[in-house]
Amino acid sequence: MSQWVIKGLRTGVKSTRYPRAEETAAGISPGLPTAATLPLEVAQSLVARCPADALELAPAGVDVNLRRCIHCFRCVRGTNSPLGWEHSYEWATAVSGGNDQKRQFGPAFDRSVHILVVDTGDCGACLNEVRQLNNPYYNMHRLGFFLTPTPRHADVLLVVGALTDHMRVPLRKAYDAMPSPKRVVAVGACALSGGIFGRSFMCAGGVAELLPVDVEVPGDPPPPLAILHGLLVAVGRKPPARLHRAVSDSVGNASG
Amino acid sequence: MPAERKQVLDEVAARWNGRVQLSPEDGSESAYRLECEPAELSEVCNWLFSDLHYSFGGLVVEQLTRWELRYVFYGGPGAGWLHVLTHLAPSDYRVPSVSRLVHAADWHEREVEDLFGLVFEGHPRLGDFVLHDDAWHEGVAPMRKSFDGRQPVTHRAPDQNWKPRQIVEEAGAFLMPIGPIYATATGPVHFQLETVGEDVIRVQPRLFYAYRGLEKIAEGRRAEDVLLIAERISATSAFAHSLAVCQAVERICHMEVPPRARALRIFVAEFERLRHHVAAIEGICESTGLAVAAAQASILEEDLLRLSCVLTGHRYLFGLGTFGGLTINLDDSACNRAAAQVREVAEKLSRLERMLSISSSFLDRLEEVGHVSAGEAGDFGLVGPIARASGVSRDMRKAQPYSGYDQIEFEVPHESEGDGYARLRMFFREAAQSVRIISTVGQAVPGGQVRAPEVSFRPGAALGWVEAPRGAALHWIRLGEDGVVDRYRIITPSFANWHGFRLAAENFAFQDFPIILATFALSVHENDR
Repeated sequence: MSQWVIKGLRTGVKSTRYPRAEETAAGISPGLPTAATLPLEVAQSLVARCPADALELAPAGVDVNLRRCIHCFRCVRGTNSPLGWEHSYEWATAVSGGNDQKRQFGPAFDRSVHILVVDTGDCGACLNEVRQLNNPYYNMHRLGFFLTPTPRHADVLLVVGALTDHMRVPLRKAYDAMPSPKRVVAVGACALSGGIFGRSFMCAGGVAELLPVDVEVPGDPPPPLAILHGLLVAVGRKPPARLHRAVSDSVGNASG
Repeated sequence: MPAERKQVLDEVAARWNGRVQLSPEDGSESAYRLECEPAELSEVCNWLFSDLHYSFGGLVVEQLTRWELRYVFYGGPGAGWLHVLTHLAPSDYRVPSVSRLVHAADWHEREVEDLFGLVFEGHPRLGDFVLHDDAWHEGVAPMRKSFDGRQPVTHRAPDQNWKPRQIVEEAGAFLMPIGPIYATATGPVHFQLETVGEDVIRVQPRLFYAYRGLEKIAEGRRAEDVLLIAERISATSAFAHSLAVCQAVERICHMEVPPRARALRIFVAEFERLRHHVAAIEGICESTGLAVAAAQASILEEDLLRLSCVLTGHRYLFGLGTFGGLTINLDDSACNRAAAQVREVAEKLSRLERMLSISSSFLDRLEEVGHVSAGEAGDFGLVGPIARASGVSRDMRKAQPYSGYDQIEFEVPHESEGDGYARLRMFFREAAQSVRIISTVGQAVPGGQVRAPEVSFRPGAALGWVEAPRGAALHWIRLGEDGVVDRYRIITPSFANWHGFRLAAENFAFQDFPIILATFALSVHENDR
């Protein structure tokens, strides 16, 4: 078996320098649309193109509600007046209302956080991006984040998916079985608002319908670094981003 | 008409002498419909499946002016598609089960019973399938047109007395429940493993925790938005499913797809297959605890995800497919660069394969473990690399070519052992073929547009099919006026292969279970929809 040891050593270090430094490799994030100042007619046509209600008409142009964006690219492809697009990845925000003392982590959690991942009915994209966090590029162990299969050991409940009828009871049981303090990180447009699945006879339209959410990570799916940012926000090691971008802000400074 | 199909149709006419009506399927050159009374259904289906060795594609039920049940079968290129149709009066809800003879239809009938409230007489096991008995309102059939899928339903308190059915009665028998939340970062599925000592005697997966009701929520939406739903059936085969929907809609609307778009669709579809197979190999290495090999494969998976993003803007190829072509043009130099990077990945992959093939402790966990025979694979209608590992070598790209696959040289490899190692080798061999196709297509992409001019929707219904990374995927779509979807039926390879998964896992040791599961590379999301 020595061949594998040699193979591993020869591969060298692949890990990203994030969060100490910015990651600049190509293809790490699908990016998100940016708010833009536009004439009313153009703004209206773009808002009508968005199937996820992520674009909103503003007095001076188009605002972007990133919580709802599903990266369908309809606001940038097949139109003569595309919105701007930015390739950021620090997208996680802290949700107000998570200020309950019992939910806050102390310094003991700085370098050792155990995470239970629950899929409540997604398409597999968010789940696969969470899995990538354990690959050599992202290697989240180095930051003290560990996946655990049991709620009894978990500090963070990371939820992906639109919350199907069948997953309500298992999710509730998992949350209740976790010791305090605990935090809930909702990952992906479906976990935030139902995404393309919306609210229906089977989908509740977001995890917040059932559990108190502390950190939201938008994206469909959010890339691994955005999820990592969400975990860092959950333990207070990175400042949160803002999710709603308005034309009245200076465009492009919204992440981090 | 090819001689093979003519012969089949002549024989139908002779055998059932007028009791089975033959007619060409609307707007399709390769499909014929065989209409019969419910009483003849079993016999006709069994003849196609058992005697002529047609593959059972799936069951499409539609609530039109009367119930229409469409059993879809397909053969090789000369044989084409045969749709066996039967109708029921609107108030009728009983139909004889065909799954006693055509076992591949087993789960299709269970699903229809749950979602439409039709009863398949003679089916040995109905109930508690898509809709869980302990949570769903008894007697409510959500796929019926009278049910409004946009409204939330009141949640029933879970039935505390609900217990899984235990079959094994041997002394010392034990039912081991696993899931729906188990291991780290897995899709939600619940396994009931009945064990006696070390051995797992019976495996019953309880699925549909990720049932999002996609077929229902598609109804009443515009076709473009259904494309978004198709991409999110299973992200790891998003492009394949979107391609199947596109082809169905293009068939209904008589749209010509420009040659450049057809070639690029193949390029991207094979790219997706390669990524899926790399991820499957990673899963198998990880399940055996071979950490360095798993890390090597996961580096390649991330490399391919990044390459997807560079090439198309999205790591899972969302937003790329559209009716009549693609939403963006991938220029020739980008394709060439991507093809070159893919060849680098392929080299690393073959080095990994060589190393794995001499790691005896790894092979011990795979060889002669999780065995599925060719006969079983055929009976259960398994598809894709899993079926081909058992010697059933049907592949949509060859059997019913689409998008120009018939003009490309490639092989469909198959193995005969049907064990875990055969399935692993299939993933490596198919990945190599995908790389070959990517290189061939990437070198000579025809010029011109990547998208047909504006779509003009027409009412109608059609089938779209692809060989998705996990196997045959069939999408049936019925459009009403103005491109609004009336019925959307999604038949996925994971649905077929989950049905047969127990064949592999039963009568093996408990500790083999996660490894056998990994060699099947199943997707819960693709199954549940």
